[in-house]
Amino acid sequence: MIKNFLKSTPLIMLVFSAVVLTAPIWLDPIGASYPDLLQKFAIFGIFAVGYNLLFGLTGYLSFGHATFLGVGSYTAVWSFKLLSMNIIPAMILAIIVSGIFALIIGFFSLRRSGIYFSILTLAFAQMAYSLAYSVLTPITNGETGLQLAQQDPRILDSLAGVVVKDGLPSPNIFGLAIPRELSFNLFGLDVNIGAGYLGFYVAAIMLIIVFYISLKIFRSAFGLKLLAIKSNQTRMKYTGFNTRPYLLTAFVISGMYAGLAGGLLASIDPLAGAERMQWTASGEVVLMTILGGAGTLIGPLLGATIIKYLENIFSALNPTELHSIFSFMPEGLQNIMVTIVAPFVGEGWHLTLGLLFMIIVIFLPGGVMEGLRHLGNLVKRLFGFNKTESSIESISSVSNTSPEGEAK
Amino acid sequence: MDAILIQILNGLDKGGAYALIALGLTLTFGTLGIVNFAHGALFMLGSFCAVLFNKLLTLSVKVKDESITFFDAYKDQPYLETWFGETGTAIIDYSVPLSILFAIPVMLLIGIIMERGLIKHFYKRAHADQILVTFGLAIVMQEIVRHFFGANPIPMPPPDIVSGSAPIGAFLGINENLVYPWWRLIYLCFSLVIIFIVFAFLKYTTFGMVVRAGMADRETVELLGINVQRRFTIVFGIATVVAGLAGVMYAPILPPDYHMGMDFLVLSFVVVVVGGMGSLPGAVFAGFLLGILQSFASMNEIKSIFPGIDQIIIYLVAVIILLVRPRGLMGREGVFED
Repeated sequence: MIKNFLKSTPLIMLVFSAVVLTAPIWLDPIGASYPDLLQKFAIFGIFAVGYNLLFGLTGYLSFGHATFLGVGSYTAVWSFKLLSMNIIPAMILAIIVSGIFALIIGFFSLRRSGIYFSILTLAFAQMAYSLAYSVLTPITNGETGLQLAQQDPRILDSLAGVVVKDGLPSPNIFGLAIPRELSFNLFGLDVNIGAGYLGFYVAAIMLIIVFYISLKIFRSAFGLKLLAIKSNQTRMKYTGFNTRPYLLTAFVISGMYAGLAGGLLASIDPLAGAERMQWTASGEVVLMTILGGAGTLIGPLLGATIIKYLENIFSALNPTELHSIFSFMPEGLQNIMVTIVAPFVGEGWHLTLGLLFMIIVIFLPGGVMEGLRHLGNLVKRLFGFNKTESSIESISSVSNTSPEGEAK
Repeated sequence: MDAILIQILNGLDKGGAYALIALGLTLTFGTLGIVNFAHGALFMLGSFCAVLFNKLLTLSVKVKDESITFFDAYKDQPYLETWFGETGTAIIDYSVPLSILFAIPVMLLIGIIMERGLIKHFYKRAHADQILVTFGLAIVMQEIVRHFFGANPIPMPPPDIVSGSAPIGAFLGINENLVYPWWRLIYLCFSLVIIFIVFAFLKYTTFGMVVRAGMADRETVELLGINVQRRFTIVFGIATVVAGLAGVMYAPILPPDYHMGMDFLVLSFVVVVVGGMGSLPGAVFAGFLLGILQSFASMNEIKSIFPGIDQIIIYLVAVIILLVRPRGLMGREGVFED
């Protein structure tokens, strides 16, 4: 009874929404409560949750998902330029266009599986990236990146009589400019959203919506079929299923998630560049998913948050700051520590990222979620709670991470 | 006609690099069954072996510059010049070819450490895990290199005597004005020699015979009481050396920078796939083929018909091959054909 209640969709969604929406409060103690970073958490969370729908459920390792992120960004900026500065049409268009891209790329790539699939997606991604830099410059504005201009047409805005007088217009949601402060009265409570937080809340609401969709997919017959493809595609085929339409659907949905993430990135900072489509960016989303735990519901979100948080901390450090961190040590030891740590921070953040990647793949293929599960089991054994289950398990139990069940 | 010849030559030297990297990739895949995404990084490490060796040779001491008499001027004089005079200068001039001698043991060591330390534990894991862990390793390697050598490309001059262009038009008796950089010509020959050595080694030595037998049917060879694993480890080391040598000699063509490995890796994987996973001649053939195709695609005449084709030709070929003939041009039937 209680077990079922803990696993019920409304409860999970309620807890999830509460946790996400109060993130600015509870992330404050670890210094992560400013809009820029919060937005990144939410946006890359969406990206990773979407990627997980493909990789986590079907085991197909795509190395080209950043393409859809880039396509989403470009579409959103074009929507700002041509249609309106409102982010709603921009995001809808970003989702649609990246969905179309995913359909085309997925249609071809999914003819193969395993490593060939990875290489095909990589090839398509590299093609898109090179084209964005070269021939498609009229659309993508090459190395400079696509930017807004004051004299853009903005058809819908000009029909509505919005005139931009000086400077660049900023993206808005029905007139509320994203970077703006906002105060309103909600049921007698004075709500004050500081500058920049509106962007986070837009992203957070999107995250809640897509998380709900992802939860539904995990618990649907469709999700089970995807899992079946992961554990044994051949057997699945023998039972009479044509697996390709399911795979393609999963691919397109995850492409749309990436497009949405790209659109949101552009909404917060209306600029799109081809470097978002580079294959290292695709590698990053793979890492996020794996770090958190591929195939689990909230794992990828955790992974995205951890990576963006670490990136934020590590890449900002420099030797001077390291000295102040280790200042409690005696002088000599302090210098030694700084020398050891310095290559891993600041510019060397990617080194830490690479090491993290390797450590996770080697020692914890199930990611943080698997680690938590082990920890939970340990606690249970130590204290003898054999009957009750922790809430973490209730969420992760829908997952199925069998190491042997890779697609061939 | 001349233009076509030049394009073919242009393609061949790049194709040589692709072929060497793809050869190593195929060797590791065929023997150990490992998909090594760090192979490009090994190529990059090879290039930096040349850089490091050059740095070692030019370790300098500050001496008074006698040629300037107005004030006390100092110049860097490499120890080699101080000790050996003219010979020292010549050694420094030949630092790139000489660094081959330096790179072979270094790369072999790196390869064997990598295999014993990391790859060994991934034989039984899924290909996805292999890809991911070697991808992580590639990032680590390139970041380490960046930490020590900086982010900027480091130009490496070829020896003076071959820094100019070879009048190949005159050699062939077609057009006096047709010239081609000496070093690229050397690179082409070098890659052919290495490829020949690897093939001869596999074909005509007992060691190579065992390796080939192990690739074909590992279980039977093991039942005969042969330690296949140790030989495969050595093959991994050889593949590392081949990638490293490809990198060493490529340094004068493309100034080494820390992310060159990634650029070559993606292309080399495409080469392997086009040639046929697990087929050594396929890898070599596809390497040269794609190199030539790429250089033809970058001709202005072709670019004006298909804009941007030079950027995507290789990927396009790969996509078509994978969709039409998944085992690749020379892949054996049933080997990784899915």
